[in-house]
Amino acid sequence: MSRRAVITGIGVVAPGGIGTTAFWELLTAGRTATRTISLFDPARFRSRIAAEVDFDPRAAGLGAQEVRRMDRAAQFAVVCAREAIAGSGLELSTVDPGRIGVSVGSAVGCTMGLEEEYAVLSNGGRDWLIDHTYAVPHLYGYMVPSTLAVEVAWEAAAEGPVTLISTGCTSGLDSMGYGAQLIEEGSADVVIAGATDAPLSPITSACFDAIKATSPNNGDPEHASRPFDATRDGFVLGEGAAIMVLEEAESARRRGAHIYAEIVGYASRSNAFHMTGLKPDGREMAEAIRVALDQAHLDPSDVDYINAHGSGTKQNDRHETAAFKRSLGNRAYEVPVSSIKSMVGHSLGAIGSIEVAACALALDRQVVPPTANLHNADPECDLDYVPLHARDHAMDVVLSVGSGFGGFQSAMLLASGDRGST
Amino acid sequence: MNVVISGLGIVAPTGIGIEEHWQSVLGGKSGLGRITRFDPSGYPVTVGGEVSGFEAKGRLPNRIIPQTDRWTHLALAATEAAFADAGVDPADYPEYETAVVTSSSSGGTEFGQGEMQRLYESGPSWVGAYQSIAWFYAATTGQISIRHGMRGPCGVICGEQAGGLDAIGQTRRLLRGSSKLVVTGGTDGSLCPYGVVAQLANGFLSTVDDPATAYLPFDTEAAGYVPGEGGAILVAERADLARSRGAGDGYGTVAGYAAGFDQSARGRPPVLASTIRRALADARLAPSDVDVVFADAAADPELDRIEAAAITEVFGPHGVPVTAPKTLTGRLYGGGAALDVATALLAMGEGVIPHTCGPTELAPGCDIDLVLGEPRVRELRTALVVARGYGGFTAAVVLTR
Repeated sequence: MSRRAVITGIGVVAPGGIGTTAFWELLTAGRTATRTISLFDPARFRSRIAAEVDFDPRAAGLGAQEVRRMDRAAQFAVVCAREAIAGSGLELSTVDPGRIGVSVGSAVGCTMGLEEEYAVLSNGGRDWLIDHTYAVPHLYGYMVPSTLAVEVAWEAAAEGPVTLISTGCTSGLDSMGYGAQLIEEGSADVVIAGATDAPLSPITSACFDAIKATSPNNGDPEHASRPFDATRDGFVLGEGAAIMVLEEAESARRRGAHIYAEIVGYASRSNAFHMTGLKPDGREMAEAIRVALDQAHLDPSDVDYINAHGSGTKQNDRHETAAFKRSLGNRAYEVPVSSIKSMVGHSLGAIGSIEVAACALALDRQVVPPTANLHNADPECDLDYVPLHARDHAMDVVLSVGSGFGGFQSAMLLASGDRGST
Repeated sequence: MNVVISGLGIVAPTGIGIEEHWQSVLGGKSGLGRITRFDPSGYPVTVGGEVSGFEAKGRLPNRIIPQTDRWTHLALAATEAAFADAGVDPADYPEYETAVVTSSSSGGTEFGQGEMQRLYESGPSWVGAYQSIAWFYAATTGQISIRHGMRGPCGVICGEQAGGLDAIGQTRRLLRGSSKLVVTGGTDGSLCPYGVVAQLANGFLSTVDDPATAYLPFDTEAAGYVPGEGGAILVAERADLARSRGAGDGYGTVAGYAAGFDQSARGRPPVLASTIRRALADARLAPSDVDVVFADAAADPELDRIEAAAITEVFGPHGVPVTAPKTLTGRLYGGGAALDVATALLAMGEGVIPHTCGPTELAPGCDIDLVLGEPRVRELRTALVVARGYGGFTAAVVLTR
């Protein structure tokens, strides 16, 4: 019997609410959490909107020293890890620490901490030879994104393999895939896996402004993230995290754990084409989907729901629509496809894990979250994108995909938790 | 299935290219010196390991230079050298069967400092379009993938100084799957003011001004390490395919790998010894099979003592030759462990253990056979490379020939 990884605990910090309950409530209500940026003054920026988390770290359970030490991305991750571990019912102290691993994804690490410190040390950008005497002791922790995995490893008392995966906007799928692999190959029995990003800072906004990737729909932020809509005009930045407890399936079943989903397939491919550009044919994403299906011994007809990358840029939504048709054939027209980025924005590396969390909940509750703000059909995007309203839907297998800078394309297949026990 | 390393691309303070690096290592020629990339006189740290003489211009296409940070420049040049050394061209492989997995510790720090300066000095509209693709940690893997048409499962692993070994571990997984050729290893380069100030904050940097005595691991005078830039890019392939194309077993085989996470700063026992044992078990080898250990060599008294104790626990007191050629380069973060693997493979090929330059008197508790003074000639069939990353990352790779 081969070893499989199952999801037994979920923790989410996403725009619109802290915790899995608030997250799922937002998604199924089809409510959007995009708004005018409040974390800094956005007046001088082209895109002045984002999906922000109303996050009070102390209220979320972090101690004063943890708040001082951790960048916002680390705070998100630790709060999520606590929710996931508590919810899993797994008593981590009963597990050999050497068999506990951690796999955290992040696209941009501790950007906020790095930028805030830079602004002080450089005297507001005036000095190239910055003043080290003003540096906070945690500055090195902000410089190396691996800190995010360290914080989660401390939280879980993990002494097995611990890794930070940073493949841009596919980080959150790739970190889940890496974590599942650690369980499958026998390097760990429990892996705390997920992703976090807190990129809402001036430097992030400025760099996406420079390439006109983000939506400039500043007058109507609630409706600015419009995946698959003919009037879509870029993605809306977001922030957040999702961390999950992955366990080896048999031991999870033996202890009677609630199993949200099993990770049955994962693959990634690269387009080797352009750091930010996508060819419209979706070839490499289609290949990733095909390989993930192969791994899972599933056919396109087995896929019951697709959680799309659906960033809301012109090129992305066309690209992945082509990828679904290319990999799934006619099945692409039959299954519901939706993008939760319409509601929680695009939190770069974190969103891949947030979307896996949404998929696990969708399987568990048998409800497909909608694509909000989808009113005007785009002839190039002609699938069933579940506009506006959540839908009850029988699902055994769901597909989640991601696409990112660097040309990376990833696909993950999740199956119902009760599937493996029959 | 066995995985071999068949190509090396080295860009290090000890030299650009295999030959220059290896001659420096054997001759004990240090790449450490006073930092020249900016004026370090106002900072407590003035010594660094620069890849002097490395200019992207002339080595890389002009178009790509302003789009990328120096860390990526170093990796792109090393990748080209590694392919030439291996005698392979990824274009000859099926398109999805070549991949890139690099280690990165801190991304494009110098590029990022420049763009943040524009932002704060002049305003958002002065930030360039390339900030979005140059600074983030995946930039190097993405650029290598694009430049060489490698479309398989690419990855980026961040584990500070240990990440290079984890990237090799992931490479081995890919080659046991559907990949046939993988570019791995890594580089780093954060010798800019913000990079050095941030590194300074970790409390482990040496503030000694003399390059000859700044970095003395396992020594009674150990007082921190010197930061460096550069690293190594490795071409890895399936052993059967390397043989069938006439490359034999390349420089050597990645026979074992293991990773753990150390919580000894939080009162738990250290995990380095158990990680080494797991890597040996993975390689189906015993401690007595190991001919040399390439040490992590943090040059922090407590970390040195923990490493020496782990080596002693597994191999016995003075039970195996230990060396740390990284005293000639400084610690290279994402590039450090990859360079150690490259140096270990070269040592195995030549049958000589490079000596560790700098230390003269081992600290109490460091009961290891640290190779000092001059290289030690001996047949080397098995080498162990260990690495630790800030926060607790711990990894070990076993190489055989």
